Amino acid sequence: MDGFTLFPPPSFWDNWLSFWRFEDINVLWVLMGSILLGMSASVIGGFAFLRKRSLIGDALAHAALPGVMMAFLLFQTRDPLIIFIGALCSSFIGFFLIDWLPKNTKIKADTALAITLSFFFAIGLMLLSYIQGLEVSNKSGLDNILFGQAAAMTEEDIQLLTYVTLFTLITVVLFFQKFRLIAFNQDFARTIGMAVHRYELLLALLIVMSVVVGLQLVGVVLMAAILLTPIAAARFWSNQLSHILIIASMLGALSAIISTQLSYLAPAMPTGPWMVVSLSVLFILSLLFAPKKGLVKRYFEFQALRQQVAEENILRTLYKLLERKEFMHNHFTQADIQSFRNMPSSCLQSTLKQLGKKGLIKASTQGVQLTQSGLERATQLTRRHRLWENYLNQQAKLLPEQVHQQAERIEHILTDAQEAQLQRELSNSQSDPHGNAIPTTHKADKTQDAISSTSNTRGGENFD
Amino acid sequence: MKKTATQNSPPPLMVSNLSMRYHHKPVLTDVSFQIPEGKTIAIVGPNGAGKSTLLKGIMGLEPTMGGEICFFGKPLTHKRLAIAYVPQREEIDWDFPINVFDVVLMGRHGQLKLWQRPSKIDKDIAKQALNDLNMWDFKDRQISELSGGQQQRVFLARALAQKARLYLMDEPFSGVDVSTEKAIIELFKKLKRQGKTIVCVHHDLNTVGEYFDWIIFINARLVAAGPVETVLTKDNLNKTYGGRLSLLNDLTEKMYRTQLNKAHDTD
Amino acid sequence: MINDIWILATASLVAAACALVGVFLILRRQALMGDAISHSVLLGIVLAYLITDSRALPVMLGGAVLIGLLTAWLSDSLHRIGKLQNDASIGIVFTLFFAIGVILVSLYTGQIDLDQECILYGEIAFIPFDTLTIGGGGNIADGFEIGPRAFWSIAIVFMIVLISILITFHRLQTVAFHPNLALSLGINTVFWHYFLMTLVSMTTVASFDAVGAILVVALLVIPASSAYLVAKSLKGMLWSAIAYSQTSVAIGYTLAYQLDSAISASISVSAGLLLLLTILILEIQKKRTHNLQKAS
Repeated sequence: MDGFTLFPPPSFWDNWLSFWRFEDINVLWVLMGSILLGMSASVIGGFAFLRKRSLIGDALAHAALPGVMMAFLLFQTRDPLIIFIGALCSSFIGFFLIDWLPKNTKIKADTALAITLSFFFAIGLMLLSYIQGLEVSNKSGLDNILFGQAAAMTEEDIQLLTYVTLFTLITVVLFFQKFRLIAFNQDFARTIGMAVHRYELLLALLIVMSVVVGLQLVGVVLMAAILLTPIAAARFWSNQLSHILIIASMLGALSAIISTQLSYLAPAMPTGPWMVVSLSVLFILSLLFAPKKGLVKRYFEFQALRQQVAEENILRTLYKLLERKEFMHNHFTQADIQSFRNMPSSCLQSTLKQLGKKGLIKASTQGVQLTQSGLERATQLTRRHRLWENYLNQQAKLLPEQVHQQAERIEHILTDAQEAQLQRELSNSQSDPHGNAIPTTHKADKTQDAISSTSNTRGGENFD
Repeated sequence: MKKTATQNSPPPLMVSNLSMRYHHKPVLTDVSFQIPEGKTIAIVGPNGAGKSTLLKGIMGLEPTMGGEICFFGKPLTHKRLAIAYVPQREEIDWDFPINVFDVVLMGRHGQLKLWQRPSKIDKDIAKQALNDLNMWDFKDRQISELSGGQQQRVFLARALAQKARLYLMDEPFSGVDVSTEKAIIELFKKLKRQGKTIVCVHHDLNTVGEYFDWIIFINARLVAAGPVETVLTKDNLNKTYGGRLSLLNDLTEKMYRTQLNKAHDTD
Repeated sequence: MINDIWILATASLVAAACALVGVFLILRRQALMGDAISHSVLLGIVLAYLITDSRALPVMLGGAVLIGLLTAWLSDSLHRIGKLQNDASIGIVFTLFFAIGVILVSLYTGQIDLDQECILYGEIAFIPFDTLTIGGGGNIADGFEIGPRAFWSIAIVFMIVLISILITFHRLQTVAFHPNLALSLGINTVFWHYFLMTLVSMTTVASFDAVGAILVVALLVIPASSAYLVAKSLKGMLWSAIAYSQTSVAIGYTLAYQLDSAISASISVSAGLLLLLTILILEIQKKRTHNLQKAS
């Protein structure tokens, strides 16, 4: 609790320093172990996630509990290897039950998961409570695997943890291509003659091993998050599987460091929950701020698009006004624009300011005026709009009154190549379905000449 | 006399500029049509053309990206009781613990308030519907014990029990036996005599001219809609089954991906 | 002896309420949501207690329902906005809530009448010692003792669940059987989803004292699954789920008594064993009819 006041007492910092100086050599080992676990669990969880079995880790961790208890009951020892093997066995039984139930009974897959999880957990707890009533030595601390207790790990625990996680990581690296193929498209993998079943089994073994070996550190109850949250967070950072997995493993390692440290600073604290909370914070940060797919980035992109659409709409409106005046008059007031396009004045003014800054329009006392480059852009947009209307009308057989709305949107995203394709497919169309002429680049040059000359002469008349 | 009445009343279904998507992929773009009352109408198109999606969009079961749908001149919420929807059989958990009669009785729930139990009248209607499809003998069967054709008949009976004026059916003929197919055709005839309108998603080109009065050709967009005699042409079939318009598809997808439609609506 | 009766009565009410709600969870394919809410509810309980400093039933119910609905809503939002698979978003939300709950419990151990053990097992054996008194004003000794708090909590919630199901039976049936049909009939399926989640939250919080946060999943899912295998109608499924749950309580209690193991865990284990037994019998039946068909 001390850590939560604004200025932690000096002892907090002392502890913190002593942690990082590794005054207790055990700390270094536990830290290494938990980093390795964080990495391997994240990576192997990634494949479970891709196979759309995100919560399999949750079920398998719960399913390991009776194995741990059984192993202790039978052999009366806390030797990590024996406990590990016991947990592995019962986890595997759970794994097969999850698979077997929906295939052979009416029970659906999600229910099968929940059944396995809660049933095995209940067995584990029942055995645990039974053991606690027995007169056996070194039974205390057996319940540490429920919520995880990094500080309570022994040297043998950490050795086993290190071997298993390294094994997992190396196997994943070796079989990366195969695992990816299976995760992506199992049927295809089968058709090209891969022994999918064997790899599936290997993957299952790796998942089960990672889960079981992590119990001391994270605990049964929250193991699910260690497999699931890193990969879910990493997905916001990249689209490439190898990158995603590397990022996920880094997130896993980071949360392992944070939680192990906390576990040492406040020994009464279970490690698992802190690991989950730090992972969740990393997840929320990724969701918000990831450079490619984060929500903040998406929001700014959307705002930029909105700005672009507003600007282009005004350019088009100016073009239409110009067209109505038969290109003889190039000064329009805000009221003119608003008569064509319903837009609040504040928004219109700010957009006009932006257009002015980009040199697409010029504002004067008589109103706004398209510049040379502004007219080019406006002509292009109008051409795209009308070409698209023609396309919808001729090829998609939409009625003239149905085409405008779509074209209003598509005009903003047509590329040069697509425009050229439209020109080809709709060769010799001179006007849109409403009868308006489709301006060509060539023609635009001409009107441009006309405009600059008229506005020049007019300007001369007015001001001289 | 009856004819003039139907001509003046608004059409049972009018769709204008309906667009739908799946994630970012456009499924339907700007589909518009309206249908006459008292006819059987088939929605025809290749796999993945958006036929079922169209029905779902019409019924408000999946979100639409724009467009307007009117039933008898009104939005769906005002005309719900006049419309019955028959989903595809695959959508359902057939292991669900429920018997045939209770499934058919569900058709009456649109009419019932939250706390109301189905009355004697509701039960009679359900019984009548089951009799109409020769399924009364199966009323106590659990639904998993039925054959494919029988399951389809139960669905149709449920729709009948809704006593609607417009029936929207998603592939009622798919995977059923010959006798069920005949029963459905008989049902269509009977409903038509009562002036009801039936819209079906249909995939069998061989029977479409025989079973239906009207056809709507769909392939991600509307290709043609009209009476069988005028629209069931080689040209329309080629267009429907000849692949999509790639530019339309690409650009609509880009529009959804960039959320351009939203950017445009908000200014 | 009187204590045993209170324990048994509480356990059987917990099991019955869970079984009823569980039936709809399973049919709506929301078993994992039940798992998630039962974990999250811990945070609701702890927060409600820390904020109001009271353990009154309305406070606990309020906290749990709020957190339960938040879990459901957040999972759904994460699914839509973050484009994550449904079960992944559920998993992320409930593990976070549960982790925060556990941390709060271990931070304020002195203040909350909760510890890590009771999150896991519940404390059904100690239920009779935490009694409710009515009347007597501030002086508890003058009041009239009406029995364990946990018993009355679950009794009230059981009644709420029962009445809700009785009144809205047909709606729940339609929504569970075929959400799209329900929508096309004008039924608001989103409302009914959150209605069910509210029932789940209330049931799990009222069961919390007795069986803890995790074993309640077993009671929600397992008896209802056994019933799903044998029932031919929804009413039948509800009845058989209750029957399964009560049998589990009876067997589990005996088992716990014999082995001196945790009562709540033993009840859950016997529920699981009954499910396995049901599956075994059904498999044998299937084989036999198969053989008969072969023979004829």
